[in-house]
Amino acid sequence: MQSAVIVFPGSNCDRDMAVALETVSGQKPHMVWHGDSELPPGLDVVAIPGGFSYGDYLRSGAMASRSSIIKAVIEAAGRGVRILGICNGFQILTETGLLPGALMRNRDIHFVCKDAELEVANNATLFTSRYPENAVISIPVAHHDGNYFADSDILDRLENEDRVVFRYRSEINGSSRNIAGIINEAGNVLGMMPHPERAIDKMHGGTDGLALFESLLR
Amino acid sequence: MKVRIFVTLKDGVLDPQGKAIHHALESLDFAGVNDVRAGKLIELDVDPSVGRDEIDRMCDKLLANTVIENYEIELPETAQEKAS
Repeated sequence: MQSAVIVFPGSNCDRDMAVALETVSGQKPHMVWHGDSELPPGLDVVAIPGGFSYGDYLRSGAMASRSSIIKAVIEAAGRGVRILGICNGFQILTETGLLPGALMRNRDIHFVCKDAELEVANNATLFTSRYPENAVISIPVAHHDGNYFADSDILDRLENEDRVVFRYRSEINGSSRNIAGIINEAGNVLGMMPHPERAIDKMHGGTDGLALFESLLR
Repeated sequence: MKVRIFVTLKDGVLDPQGKAIHHALESLDFAGVNDVRAGKLIELDVDPSVGRDEIDRMCDKLLANTVIENYEIELPETAQEKAS
């Protein structure tokens, strides 16, 4: 599996993401700088990591979603390359328009940093096929702007099309309908706020994130 | 030419920051504040040749996230009208 991790100024989960991808695939991901305009050829997966790209200036993900490399990422998404956006990566994907909705300040304003129980709401995706149906998993969350918002038409559509992939089992940040992660219409772009790359080793305190990366292997 | 752009959350979109400011005002014993909404002011210094359409496009493409935000553009002329 050929993968790349996009690195922005202010990314801070890029190395964790690289370790997770290498752990399952045995191949080192390409680390691609935001100022590049092309992705390496032959990629199966592009990962957009967590962090605070460009210091969250203007809005979380706003500047990154207009950066030079993003055009290539959007183009790769159009070709069916799998795009995985975690935390700030999810914010960036909504800002590009690859995923609908927006991630707003947590309802209670606090930065939320803890293990969250998630329900795998759809295990028939390119990202979740290694999870059992209706699996309940524990994955760390660490965010300030994780409050998923979309209008009710979009929310209905996401639910009717089984595009809600992860849900919080209890209210955590004010997200509409407890949405923690969604996929695009074609099914090859996933955005989620929780951090599966921080739960791939017993030393992390849990390994519930591993199946997501194993799902990418197909 | 100084252009001012006011970016605000759409009606119906929860504004946690505004709520916190509201609570803080109450805790300082300011009564009679019914609601608080917080937004952003962005000032651009642009050439006079830059038209309103172009500024609209800047707002739509970057300055506001129109999924959750509205924007209002204040051009120098309208600023003068307001003052008079």
